[in-house]
Amino acid sequence: MDTILQLLLNGLAVGCIYGLVALGFVLIYKATELVNFAQGDLLMLGAFTCYMFVVWYGLGYWAAFALAIAIVALFGAALDATVLRRVIGQPQFAVVMLTIGLGAIFRSFASITWGSEIYTLPTPFSARATRLGGVTVSHEYVSIIVGTVVLCAALYAFFTYTRVGVAMQAASQNQLAAYYMGIPVKRMFSLIWAISAGVAAIAGVLLAPVSLIDINLGFIGLKAFAAAVLGGFGSIPGALVGGLTIGLIELFAGAYLPHGVKDVAAYVVLLVVLAVRPQGIFGAVGRKKV
Amino acid sequence: MTLLEADNLAINFGGITALAGVSFEVRAGEVLTIIGPNGAGKTTIFNLVSRIYDPTRGRLSFCGEDITRVPPHEIARRGIARTFQNIELFEHATVLQNLLLGRHAHKRSRFVEELLFLPRVRALELEHRGAVEKVIDFLDLQPYRDSLIVNLPYGVRKVVEMARALCTQPKLLLLDEPSSGLSVEETEEMAFWIQDIRTLLGITVLMVEHDMSLVSAVSDRVVALNYGLVIAAGTPRDVQAHPDVVKAYLGG
Amino acid sequence: MRFLFKTSYAQELGLFRDNVQRNWYVALFAALLVLPRVVPDYVGDISLVFIYGLCGLSLMVLAGYTGLISLGHAAFLGIGAYAHVFFAHDLQLPWIVSVALACVITAAAGVLVGLPALRMTGVYLTIATLAFALIIQEIFSRWDRVTGGLKGKPVDKPVLFGFSFASELAFYFLCLAVLIGALWLTANLLRAPTGRAWVAIRDSEIAAQSMGVNVAVYKTMAFAYSAALMGVAGALFAHKISFLAPDIFSVLLSIQLLLMVVVGGLGSLHGALYGAVFVAILPVLISQARDAVPAWHGLDRFVKQPGLEPGLFGLILVLFILFEPLGIYGRWMKVKLYFAMFPLYKRATFKRQKAYMRSERLR
Repeated sequence: MDTILQLLLNGLAVGCIYGLVALGFVLIYKATELVNFAQGDLLMLGAFTCYMFVVWYGLGYWAAFALAIAIVALFGAALDATVLRRVIGQPQFAVVMLTIGLGAIFRSFASITWGSEIYTLPTPFSARATRLGGVTVSHEYVSIIVGTVVLCAALYAFFTYTRVGVAMQAASQNQLAAYYMGIPVKRMFSLIWAISAGVAAIAGVLLAPVSLIDINLGFIGLKAFAAAVLGGFGSIPGALVGGLTIGLIELFAGAYLPHGVKDVAAYVVLLVVLAVRPQGIFGAVGRKKV
Repeated sequence: MTLLEADNLAINFGGITALAGVSFEVRAGEVLTIIGPNGAGKTTIFNLVSRIYDPTRGRLSFCGEDITRVPPHEIARRGIARTFQNIELFEHATVLQNLLLGRHAHKRSRFVEELLFLPRVRALELEHRGAVEKVIDFLDLQPYRDSLIVNLPYGVRKVVEMARALCTQPKLLLLDEPSSGLSVEETEEMAFWIQDIRTLLGITVLMVEHDMSLVSAVSDRVVALNYGLVIAAGTPRDVQAHPDVVKAYLGG
Repeated sequence: MRFLFKTSYAQELGLFRDNVQRNWYVALFAALLVLPRVVPDYVGDISLVFIYGLCGLSLMVLAGYTGLISLGHAAFLGIGAYAHVFFAHDLQLPWIVSVALACVITAAAGVLVGLPALRMTGVYLTIATLAFALIIQEIFSRWDRVTGGLKGKPVDKPVLFGFSFASELAFYFLCLAVLIGALWLTANLLRAPTGRAWVAIRDSEIAAQSMGVNVAVYKTMAFAYSAALMGVAGALFAHKISFLAPDIFSVLLSIQLLLMVVVGGLGSLHGALYGAVFVAILPVLISQARDAVPAWHGLDRFVKQPGLEPGLFGLILVLFILFEPLGIYGRWMKVKLYFAMFPLYKRATFKRQKAYMRSERLR
């Protein structure tokens, strides 16, 4: 029983990270129909930036955290304004390749700037744990879960109650109509990129104490894909549920199934889901209109 | 003789009823036009006939055969070809390649034969080419044979799409708004072509159209649709004068 | 400017546009025959270009002609390589039989991926192929009995009909022959109804369907054919690198293969080959350029960092997508047209239409 609870807790924490990265995919996809294959690498940049401020410049954890989010978010907006805006409306292929190329550039940049070693980010939660019955509740995991909940609540409030948030939703749903209504669509898209990159940075910093930082941290994005697809790619709650599902499946597969299954469990689930319900669990059936 | 018969066709998208039980028949050799305000369900009928959508209820039969559950790619083989409202040509291919694809329903070569390009494949290709050239001559497309679709003006694309549909040698041709986006002259030309298709090629035409001059010029009968229901049917003149049709278009 | 006189329909069914073009290809073939004598040191590298060419061909059929983007082609390459080595070494089957079996197995794997892929569109398909590749890679490293697991598996030189292709030169001609064969078969398919159906699916699935194309069957065929080509490429690749290890067939290799077709130019067989040459030559160029960088403010140390190369690949990819989406082949066509039309060349000829967001979702 205790083992199961323990797995449940850890699975949820890992799932939160997948969910956050998936959330970034979905935000951008809903708005611009671009799929950002570099989302995982933005996460890696976020983790490295925070690490740099804490270890190199001796900043406090929270200040470094905030700076990392701000820098990566700004970077996301700049990326949209300079590069990605040009490919809107072009074939899916171009976009996929473009973001893959960007991801490679980011990894290269990280390896040149920070080196290709493996780093640990010291945090206020590091190596602390509380025992609840037979379950070890590590503070790092708790911080991930709490961070995710807070972030989701904030995003929900932003998109539902603020003018900008509603304008963004409008721009996502119908670009042209939003434009006619006087919404600065281009700026909205840059803002969505900023939010999405910021979310990735947060996920990166939350993940850092659990998983160590190296330039391949971004490959977690591949599993987050599974989460996003599971959730239907167009649905924000779907992305989170998808992330949690993948996280739980992975941990339980690691505990109860033969060696090696853990690493591919996410992808197997993804393929099965796509084969049965090609539009994901929460996705709507989409078809080009003629 | 009845070529196509729709019996009580209905379809819902989520909670929206696009068609609420529509019945009509297309007789062999005629030009039947479906008119109606935007959102009346005209294109939906086309998508049902070409089997892109599954009807929620109702039945479709073609040449006395039930086609309600036939897979969409079989429709061309049965003798129904269509055009699209916003033109669905293969944009990065030449006009010739587009028209040759129209011959796909008549494909008889097997994969291995094609892999080795055996003489039989060559002979079949020449046969397809001959059929395509007849359509090119019929619609005066000679100057555009080797142009890519992306480089063609809209009016020509419309004609190419019609040509591609004719290449399947259909019994029934579905034209979705053949005059939309065309100039007045091009629309007049289109009217002549539709008449020629009917009289010279003997192909039955079912079309959706807004331009009343084109409708009255070519149609034998007209069916008027509103909110997914047939509100009037008959000769173009009768339908245009029908009080419900006037109401549907002008409101009130 | 040269004008082409067409006198019969059969003329347009030929592999070459006209005799001039055919003569150029004959000349190219002759050049490839004597090339090993001219640059004996690079024979091995050029064989690799041929193998990449096969991979490019395979991906071009799928991505360039059918419009299905696969991020999992390294897995097919791997399946072909491991299957061939298993049949040829462990089971001691003749080379040709072994390659044929490897081909069949990869084609079957292609169908396996293709089947669920039929119902997916665009990005879902890409992600599904990615997931497939990651699973396959894990299988490579776990299935010790067949693949040798993480320890890897050595590969002997090919022996065909009792003749050994151990020398670089013999292997060069083997690869060349296979590549030309594959090019011929692919070109045949592309000028026949099957190729047209693929292009139709790429440009408008819905129209293809209404014209009688069974989209499911043709997509599966494209997957199977593409995978089969990859299988052959895998067999040759195994001999070329002479040692198989699971981490060779990674996502990065898949990306590199895609880079090849994008840089070469999507939608043309020429593009696949240009891309292969590019991808094979680039690392050589980079390493030579590195040595030439002066030691100015530590610039030479900067460019010698190992992490730089993937970034450069990424940068090239980004620049091509932004500024030359038609790839090297597209650029070549523009240059040709420039001289053909001189001095009347209009830049607008190739200008892309302004595209707004095109929704693939139904609202």
